[in-house]
Amino acid sequence: MIKDRTAIAGIGQTAFGKQLPESELELACSAILNALDDAGIDRCEVDGLASYTQESNSEVELARNLGLGDITYFGQVGYGGGAGPGVIGHLAMAVATGQCRVGVAWRSRKRASGAVRRPWSKTSSSLQEELAVNYTRPFGVLRPVDEIALLAHRYMHEFGATRDHFANIALAQRKYANNNPDAQMFDKIMSREDYMTSRWISRPLCLFDNCLETDGALAAVIVSAEHARDCKQPPVFIHAWAQGFHGQHQTMQNFFCDDPLRGPSWATARQLYRQSDIQAPDIDVAQIYDAFTPLVPLSLEGYGFCARGEGAAFTENGNLELGGKLPVNTAGGGLSEAYVHGFNLITEGVRQMRGTARNQVRDATTCLVTAGEGVPTGAMILRR
Amino acid sequence: MTDNALLPLIDDTNEPFWRGCREGVLRLQQCPVSKRLIFPPRPINPWSPRDKAVWTTVSGRGSIWSVIAPHAPLLLDFTLLAPYNAIVVVLEEDPTIRLIGNLVPEVGAPINAISYDDIAIGTPVQIVFERINEYITLPRWIARPQQE
Repeated sequence: MIKDRTAIAGIGQTAFGKQLPESELELACSAILNALDDAGIDRCEVDGLASYTQESNSEVELARNLGLGDITYFGQVGYGGGAGPGVIGHLAMAVATGQCRVGVAWRSRKRASGAVRRPWSKTSSSLQEELAVNYTRPFGVLRPVDEIALLAHRYMHEFGATRDHFANIALAQRKYANNNPDAQMFDKIMSREDYMTSRWISRPLCLFDNCLETDGALAAVIVSAEHARDCKQPPVFIHAWAQGFHGQHQTMQNFFCDDPLRGPSWATARQLYRQSDIQAPDIDVAQIYDAFTPLVPLSLEGYGFCARGEGAAFTENGNLELGGKLPVNTAGGGLSEAYVHGFNLITEGVRQMRGTARNQVRDATTCLVTAGEGVPTGAMILRR
Repeated sequence: MTDNALLPLIDDTNEPFWRGCREGVLRLQQCPVSKRLIFPPRPINPWSPRDKAVWTTVSGRGSIWSVIAPHAPLLLDFTLLAPYNAIVVVLEEDPTIRLIGNLVPEVGAPINAISYDDIAIGTPVQIVFERINEYITLPRWIARPQQE
């Protein structure tokens, strides 16, 4: 078992913003160097690299630019926002099995500069590579937000969720971001009225149900537990991790399956908790993938913080805020800190376990980090 | 109205579905062993991978499972119609089979003719077919009376 055998020894990031001058490669390199500095590990020790399949920088490019030596493990995880914890987990396995000693995971993106192709924004042959889009795009279900809005409206209908519930999520995270100078929304206060009166993107979802557009990069350094104890920062152990998707799952168009509101989180959670001493009631703080607000209640249900259909009600009474039942996305998340395919959820999980988060959950010793619901996904449990 | 690039790509696997649309019937794959319906079409029958799926014609009756109203920014052709409705329909024969479409008041009406506010989840619907060009006919949906 992988339990506690590896740790995240360093984290690094660039600024988050729009129209950053650096290229995706420069951003990636700077985040990685920052993570190595944070760990106190020299770059010549790096021998493992893991990233997202949607990453535009290859391992070779990175290694050549950063002047790395021999690389003995490299791998990628697919499905965009479903990848994050899987990328870390692959390195944890590689380190635990001796395929590499110092693994670096990263994600770099210039989403806010229009440099990255949005599959729905222009015509492209790759659009047609996926089987299911033949049966959605011709009818105007074009963007991820349209696909999630279809699930969200059904969720509202079936379980009595309301826009107020989605607002609870957006507002809780904005409040965290307002205390996080690195967050893109640091100085932008949001009220419930702002939420309710914002423009529709795909009704029933409005502007503030959607994540940000961000330029930026992040990285993390994964080493063995023993090695981590000798590093600069207190080790944050990878206690458990898992990936998963259910039978007949259809990435993003997950209405083409038996039970669309029981998404990949459920399969992932089962595997995650099976190998974990830490179960849902033991988790002090969570970083839950939030490209869209409805993914949060769906994930709260999948990862066992409440029963099916109760995820929306779980957001009531400030439960997601500091002092609440389960503080969620404590740096602001994809909605209000930065949207870098969820990698900022990983780094915030590490800060919470170090006790250095801006919105520190007092005495937190366990943190769940998830990847995107609605796509083949992953999750991990970090502990101090 | 539909941007050419967003029209479905017809291939060997899905051709009977799109031919069905041209002929005015909803044709789906079915597992010959379990009789379970399969959608979207695929080359291998997931319910019994060594038994080739057969094509069968279904009623085209169902009910609305969900509805949205996309607003701009969208591709130009859709921006011109936005906000329009998009619905998920569950089929009468098998409520785990869902199709995406648009609710229209009659065949050929634009997809923004019925507003989101006037569409209720659960509404019974019937498939209709709108010819787009020589090759492509798209399914659309019209409301049908609750009891027939």
